[in-house]
This record gives sequence, structure tokens and C-alpha cells, in this order.
Amino acid sequence: MRVVLAEDSVLLREGLVWMLGSAGMEVVAAVGDAEALLRACDEHTPDLVVTDVRMPPGHSDEGLRAALALRRRRAGLPIVVLSQYVEERYATQLLSTETSGIGYLLKDRVADVAEFLDALRRVAAGGTALDPEVVAQLLVRRHSDPLDRLTPREHEVLALIAEGRSNTGIADALVVSEGAVGKHINNIFAKLELSGADKDHRRVLAVLRFLKI
Amino acid sequence: MTVAEVRSPWDRVRGHWSARSWLRMFHVVTGVPLGLLAGLLIVAITALSVIFVWTVAVPVAGALLLFWLVPLLTRLQRLRFAAFLDVEIPPVPRRRLKGNVAMRLLRRTRSASLWRQVAYHLASPLISVVGCAGVIVTWSGALVTGALAVQFWVLGGGWRGVPFALLSAALLVAGPWLAQGVSSLDVIAGEALLGPSVSDQLAERVESLRESRAEVIDAADAERRRIERDLHDGAQQRLVSLAMKLGMARATFGELPLPAKEMIAQAHDEAKQALKELRDLVRGLHPAVLTDEGLDAALSGLAARAALPVRLRVDVPRRVSPTIEAVAFFVVSEALVNVAKHARATTAEVVVAREGDLLRVVVHDDGRGGADPGGGTGLRGLAQRVGSVDGTLKLDSPPGGPTTISVEMPCV
Repeated sequence: MRVVLAEDSVLLREGLVWMLGSAGMEVVAAVGDAEALLRACDEHTPDLVVTDVRMPPGHSDEGLRAALALRRRRAGLPIVVLSQYVEERYATQLLSTETSGIGYLLKDRVADVAEFLDALRRVAAGGTALDPEVVAQLLVRRHSDPLDRLTPREHEVLALIAEGRSNTGIADALVVSEGAVGKHINNIFAKLELSGADKDHRRVLAVLRFLKI
Repeated sequence: MTVAEVRSPWDRVRGHWSARSWLRMFHVVTGVPLGLLAGLLIVAITALSVIFVWTVAVPVAGALLLFWLVPLLTRLQRLRFAAFLDVEIPPVPRRRLKGNVAMRLLRRTRSASLWRQVAYHLASPLISVVGCAGVIVTWSGALVTGALAVQFWVLGGGWRGVPFALLSAALLVAGPWLAQGVSSLDVIAGEALLGPSVSDQLAERVESLRESRAEVIDAADAERRRIERDLHDGAQQRLVSLAMKLGMARATFGELPLPAKEMIAQAHDEAKQALKELRDLVRGLHPAVLTDEGLDAALSGLAARAALPVRLRVDVPRRVSPTIEAVAFFVVSEALVNVAKHARATTAEVVVAREGDLLRVVVHDDGRGGADPGGGTGLRGLAQRVGSVDGTLKLDSPPGGPTTISVEMPCV
């Protein structure tokens, strides 16, 4: 898997290169600002982009804007955005086009190496990886609609779907059987009145409903 | 006016007729034409305006002429004080008058400083003429008596010339004193009537204090942002890097002895905890999203992270200054923390709206009420922070609830 990495802190960038390399990913370019990120993506056509939100020259949301620009240029390009703070607003901007192949994680998550690499792989495969903290924010905020009909357990399951977990991942996280997860998910679909034929499509719709995007 | 240090009797004598004394005399003398001119013009314009008051046009033109003339005469007088006496009379601060021409005219007639200047220009001919006459009489008296004394002495009048000589000497000594007295009187009148009044000075002081306070507040806000950025670019990145390396060590340790494994695992957990604590601390300083995206985005994050459901409405079409944004964010942040801690509320509502030059922030909760600004430092801190930008904070919290905090802050 070919990865382009953008992170302005040299220390962290080198660490990430090393970590991704030892996990069997090929970091084709590691850059320090948004301009260089755009150039590197044109040059290398990576399978995955990992970028910091705040980068030179403005140390504002350059990385995020670069990510949005990259998505516009190449639809479906898997991008993981790392942020010091997860902000619902940034998440909403990222997810406003589509939720597949998008990751938005707190920078601290790199400390949990296995989980972080798992999230990267999920996004590269076209999945979603939303930081639990963003999901928690959204969960607190979205409370006055059909979602109210969900039981607390179904809420948990929906939150994990929104984080981008598979049924197996959800079953592991909640320590229940995969069959139980499937039952919860079907209940969620019913309560959110999602009766589409394609299962994955419904999954995305449920997340979209959940995120109110 | 500085008084030169007097060292010897000779210095004293010399000082009495020094250049300074002559300048004082010139000051008194030049005051006569200028004072007479000013007095005459003012009296003439006033008289014409009174005589032709029925035409309306003449008094209005007279008033306009007076408004133009008086500051000009004042400027001339100020130059005279500066040139001969080295006395700098500070100019009267010109206030920017609002309204249409008629309103401005009326306001100008109400201006106290204008009438004080008129008073000086009317008093000045009196002081100058009397003073100048006195000085001239003294000097010419000294000359005449001196001449008489010399005449008696030359003609062999003997002792009869002595009183004249004494009188001449006395007048010679009195001349500079008189000039000094008259010019001092003029300085007192000039400083009192031509300079800024006490209320002018106070107004100016208030203005400069307001400016310096705004600078201090902006500086504090900028400092907060700088600290946030420094921590973000420095300590936080290092900690993330450290936590990541410990995480990798933890993931890949194979044959390490058990104590070492435990040590690494503990270090990893501590690094992550430190990271979280640092993040919470830095966030409270000045969230980056506030700078990037404004109040709406920053408050959304705040409302989302609150411990209870928060309904948020932000209606700020044009962004306000960073300082006001920071205060508004702080108000909502602190208020929501207070609600979560003390109010036992089930929901809260935050409304932020810009109404012209006013930013209104209202935080309402359905809790048990009874909040007391004197009770804790939280509400007092809020009021202080709001007060620092000339805002007002109102608290309505009857026992039993609900509680509403309304803040209004001026913004441009």
C-alpha cells in the first residue's frame, strides 16, 4: 500500500514513517506542508493519504482543506485526517461528500499502534474511521429525532458503525456474538425506516442519518 | 517657566534684567494689540449680531464667524505664550461632533471650551493694557527720574538729586517685577481659559485609559493564542511522538523480561494520560477552531462536549473581533461548566446573536436556580472578563430556577 504522509512536526513525521514502514506500508512521500502534499499526491497517486489538520504556512486548517481539495480531484481517494482536537465542524466538512474512504482521528490515537494501523487499513479499503470522540460529540448533540427511539444498546452499535467498524469489530468491542450485532443493526434500520435492498448502502444511510449530514 | 538657580548676589542682579525679563516685557507689550484686536472683533461681531438679530442671517453668520475666529485667536495667543514665556498651553481637544450642520452648530455653541476662550479674549485686553501701561509708566518713570537726577548732579543741585536717583533705581528694580506679575497673571488666565478644562482632561484620560486597556486585553488574548500554538507545535507533538514510540515498543516487545514489559506498558499509559491532560488544558486556552471558523464552529464543539444536551443557535453574520470572540467563547464555556456542576439541569440553551454593534450571548438552563454572583469565583470571573471589554452581564436565577445569563458586548 502506497501512502503519502503530511505532518509538519519532523519528530512525529519520522516516527509515523517508521511505524507505517514496519507495518508493511510503503510511505512514498512524507511532506511538511499542504502545498507539498498536493504536489506529492499528483506525483505518486497514493492508495492512502494521511494528513495533519494544522500545517504551515498558516498553522490553521490547511491540511483539512488540502484533503477536501484532494477528494474533489480524485473521488474516493482514501484520506485519514489527524487532528489535535476533533471538531464536529471539521468532521462534517470531510464527510459532506461521502463517508467511504474517510478517516478523522485524534492525533493521540497513533499511540495505540494496532488500533491506529487497523483504522488506516479500514479507510484504505474504502471504509470509515471516525474518532470515538467525534462520535461521542455527535451522539450527545443528536437527540431529538427518530434516533430517540433507539435503545442505549442500539445507540452504541450505531456509534460503532459510524466509527467505521465491521460487524465483527462491533461484536468484539461490545463482547457479544455477531448474530446479536446483526439483530441490533436490523432493529436500527427498521427504526430509522431504512428499507433499502442493498445492505451496505443502508449502513451508510444509517450513519448519514446519525450524523445528520 | 523655569527659574535659574541663583548663586551669587551678582547673579541675582543680573537675573533681574536678563533676557527672560525682557521677553516677559515683550509678552506684555505684544499682548496689547492682539488682545485689543481679539476683544474688538468679538465685541463687534456680538454687537452686530444683537443689533441685527431680526435678520436671523446676521447672527448665524456672526456665530459661524466667531466659531472660526475664536480658535484662530486662541492659536495666536498660544503662539505668543510659547514664543515669549516658553509656556506651552495644551490645545483643547477637538471633539468630533455628530449630527447635521444645525445640530453641530448648536452643539458648538454649547461647548464650554469655546466660551472659556471667549472669556480669555475679552479679559486679555484688560490685563494687557493695564499691565502694559504699568510697565511703560514704570520704565519711563525710571528714565525720567534718572534724567532728572543726572540733571541735578550736572547742574550742581547737590543732594536734591538723590531722591530722584533713588526713585529711579527703585523703578528700575520694580519694572521687571511688574512685568513678571502681569505676565504671570496672563499665564494663569491663559492656562485656565485657553487650555483644556478639567473635564476635557478627564475625558482625554478616560480615552487613553480605554485605549491602553483594550491593548492590554488584546495582548493577553494574543498571548493565550501564542501559548496554545507553542504547546501545540512543541510539547504536544513531542508527547504524541513519545507515546507512539512507547506504543510501538509495547506492540513489538518479544523476549523482554516481564518487569521491563510492565515498565513500558506503564510508561505508555502515562504518556497517553499526559497527552489527554495537556490537550484539555491547551483547549481551554483558545481553541484553534475559534480562530479558523469562528464562534459558530467553536460553540458547536463546546455544546457537543457538554455534559448535558445543549440547544445552540448562533446568528453572527459578520465575525466580531478575535478578542470579543474569545470572551464570548469563554462565557459560554464557563457557563456550561457551571450548569453541569451546580444547576442539576436537564437541558441548556445557548443563543448567540449579533445585533448591529452588539453581541448578545444568552445561556439558559432549566436547573434549580439560586445562582449567586457573590457565591463563587466562577460568575465573578465571568463578569470581570465581560467587563474588561465594556460588556454587561445580567444574571436571572430565582431559587427553584430557571437560570438565565445574558451578556451584551459592544463589537465593531
